[in-house]
Amino acid sequence: MSATVAEAAPAAAAQPFRLSSWQAWGLILIAPYLLVFLFFVIYPIGYGLWLARSPASYAHLAADPIFARAVVNTLIFLIVGINIKMAIALLLSGFFTNERRWIRWLSVLFILPWAVPSIPTILSVRFMLNPEWGVVNQLIFRFTAEDGPNWLNDPTLALSLAIAVHIWKSLPFWTLILLAGRLAISADLYEAASVDGATRWQKFLHVTWPSMRTLYVTCTILSMIWTLGDFNSVYLLTGGGPADLTHVLATLGIRYLRLDQVDHSMAAVVCAMPFVLPLVYVLMKRLSK
Amino acid sequence: MSTTTARSVLPATPSAEERSAARTNWLKAAGTEAKLLLIGIPVLLWTLIPIYHLVLFAISPKQDAMSGALFPAHPTLQNFKIVFGEKHYFLSHFWQQFWNSALIAFATGVLTLVVATSAAFAISRLKVKGGRTVMNMALFTYFIPAAFLAVPMYKTMGSYGLLNTKWALILAMVTIASPYAIWVLKQASDKLPVELDEAAIMDGASPPQLFRFVYLPLMVPSLVAIGVYALLLAWNEYLFAFLLLSRDTDVTLPVALGSFLAADDSPWELLMTTGLIYALPPAAVYYVFKRYMVGGLTAGAVKS
Repeated sequence: MSATVAEAAPAAAAQPFRLSSWQAWGLILIAPYLLVFLFFVIYPIGYGLWLARSPASYAHLAADPIFARAVVNTLIFLIVGINIKMAIALLLSGFFTNERRWIRWLSVLFILPWAVPSIPTILSVRFMLNPEWGVVNQLIFRFTAEDGPNWLNDPTLALSLAIAVHIWKSLPFWTLILLAGRLAISADLYEAASVDGATRWQKFLHVTWPSMRTLYVTCTILSMIWTLGDFNSVYLLTGGGPADLTHVLATLGIRYLRLDQVDHSMAAVVCAMPFVLPLVYVLMKRLSK
Repeated sequence: MSTTTARSVLPATPSAEERSAARTNWLKAAGTEAKLLLIGIPVLLWTLIPIYHLVLFAISPKQDAMSGALFPAHPTLQNFKIVFGEKHYFLSHFWQQFWNSALIAFATGVLTLVVATSAAFAISRLKVKGGRTVMNMALFTYFIPAAFLAVPMYKTMGSYGLLNTKWALILAMVTIASPYAIWVLKQASDKLPVELDEAAIMDGASPPQLFRFVYLPLMVPSLVAIGVYALLLAWNEYLFAFLLLSRDTDVTLPVALGSFLAADDSPWELLMTTGLIYALPPAAVYYVFKRYMVGGLTAGAVKS
C-alpha cells in the first residue's frame, strides 16, 4: 500500500511536465500539415472567394447559355450516370462473390481501368469514335455499307459517351468496395435463408440489401461528390464540345480560365458549391456516426 | 484396405437413379456456369476493348492502325523506337518529360508520407490538442473534389511565384494526397496497442524515440500503401499538371499527351505508344503492391 503511494507521488509530479513535452512534440509533428493546409487550402479558397466577389460575374454566368447547359449536364451526369454505375457495381459485386478460378482472373483484369491512368485510355476511346478513321465507324461501314454517326459531334451522344467513359473508369473501384461489403455479410444468414426456402431474389432483398444499404448510399454520395469534380472524362473525350454543349461544372471553370476570365471561372466554381457542400455535409454526418 | 477398394469401386457402378441425379446436377452446374459466362464475357470485353485498342495502335504501323484492323497484321516495335529515340517533333522531350513525371511522383510520395505520418502520430499517439478538428479539416478537404481547387491553386501558385516550377505541382499534389493519407494512417495507428507506448515510456522513451523505434516499424504496411497511393495520384494527375506547368521541358507526360490533341495531323500511333509507355509503370506498381493496396482500399476509399 505504502509502496503504491510512494510510486504514485513522483509520477503525479512528473505528469504535467511530461504531458506538456508531449503536447509540444505533438504540435511540432502536426505543424507540417497545418502549414500545407494554411498555404494551399485556406489561402487559395480565400483568394478564390475574393476573385469571385463581384456580383457582375454571377450576372454574366446567369446570362451565359453555356453555364445553364453545364448545370443541366452536371445534373444528368450525377443523377443518371451515378445511379446506373452504382446499380451495375452492386450487381457485379454479386457476380464476383462466385468462387471460380476464371472469375478470380477476371477480377484481376477488371481492375485495370482503375489502375491505369485515364489519359491514354480516354484518348484511345476518342480515337475509336473518330468518324472517319475510328475503328467503330469502320466496322459499321464494313457491315452496313453506311457511314456511322459522328459520335462526338452530337451533344446527346457525346455526353452519354462521356458518362460511359466515366463508368468504365470508376466501376471497378466501386465494385471492389461493394464486394468487400458483401463478403462481410455472415454466411450463416444465407444458410438460414436457404433452409427457409428463400429464392435468390428473396435472399438479396432480405439478407444482402439490408446489410448493404448504408454502404451503398454512402458510396453513392461519395461517388456523386467525386463525379462533380470529374474533369478528365469530359475534357479529354469531348473537350466540352460540340459548341460547348457538353461542359460540366468541373470543365466550365477551366474553360473560363483559358479564356482569361478568372473571375467568371471562380464564380463557376462557387456555383458548384451548392451541389458539393450539402453532399459533403451529409457524408461527414454519416461517417462520424 | 478393403474399404478403400469398396469406395473406389462404388462410383464406377452407380444405379440408374444416381446416374440421372448426377446428370441433372451436372446440367444445373453447366447452367449456372453458362449464366456466369453470360455476365463474365461482356464484362471482359467492356474492360479490355479500350486497352486492347491502345495496345493495337502501339504495335501497328500507321497504315494498319488507321484502316480499322482488329488484329495486328504486321506487329512491329517501330513506334517504340521512334518514341524512345525522340524521333518526332511531338516527342522531342520525351525522356525529359518521363523524368519530370517520375521525379514529381516520387517527391509527392515522400513528402506526403512525411507530412501525413507525423500528423497521424501526433493525433493518434500523442493525442495532441485539437487533433479531432484537424481530422475533420482533413476529411473535409478530402471530400471537396480537387478540380474545384484547381483554379484557386493556379492563382495561388502564381502569387507565390512557383508557377512553372516542379514545386508547384509537388506541393499541390501533397495537398491533395495528404488528407486521405492522414485519415488512413490515423485509423491504422489507433489499432496499435497502447501497451506498446506505455512500455516504451516506462523505459524512458521520448516522443521522437517512440516515433522512430516503436511507431514506424509497426506502421510499415500502411506506409507502403499510402506512399504508393500518393505516388500514383501524382503520376496520373492531368488537370493540375496542365495548369501549373507549361514549358515543353517542364511538363509531365500526361500534359504532353494532351497536347497531341491540339494538332489536326497528330501521329495517333505515336500518341498511343507514348500513352502505353506512360500507363505501364502505374499498372505494374499497382499489381506489385496490390496486397497492401487492398487493405488501404477497404479501410476507406481511394479517390477514383
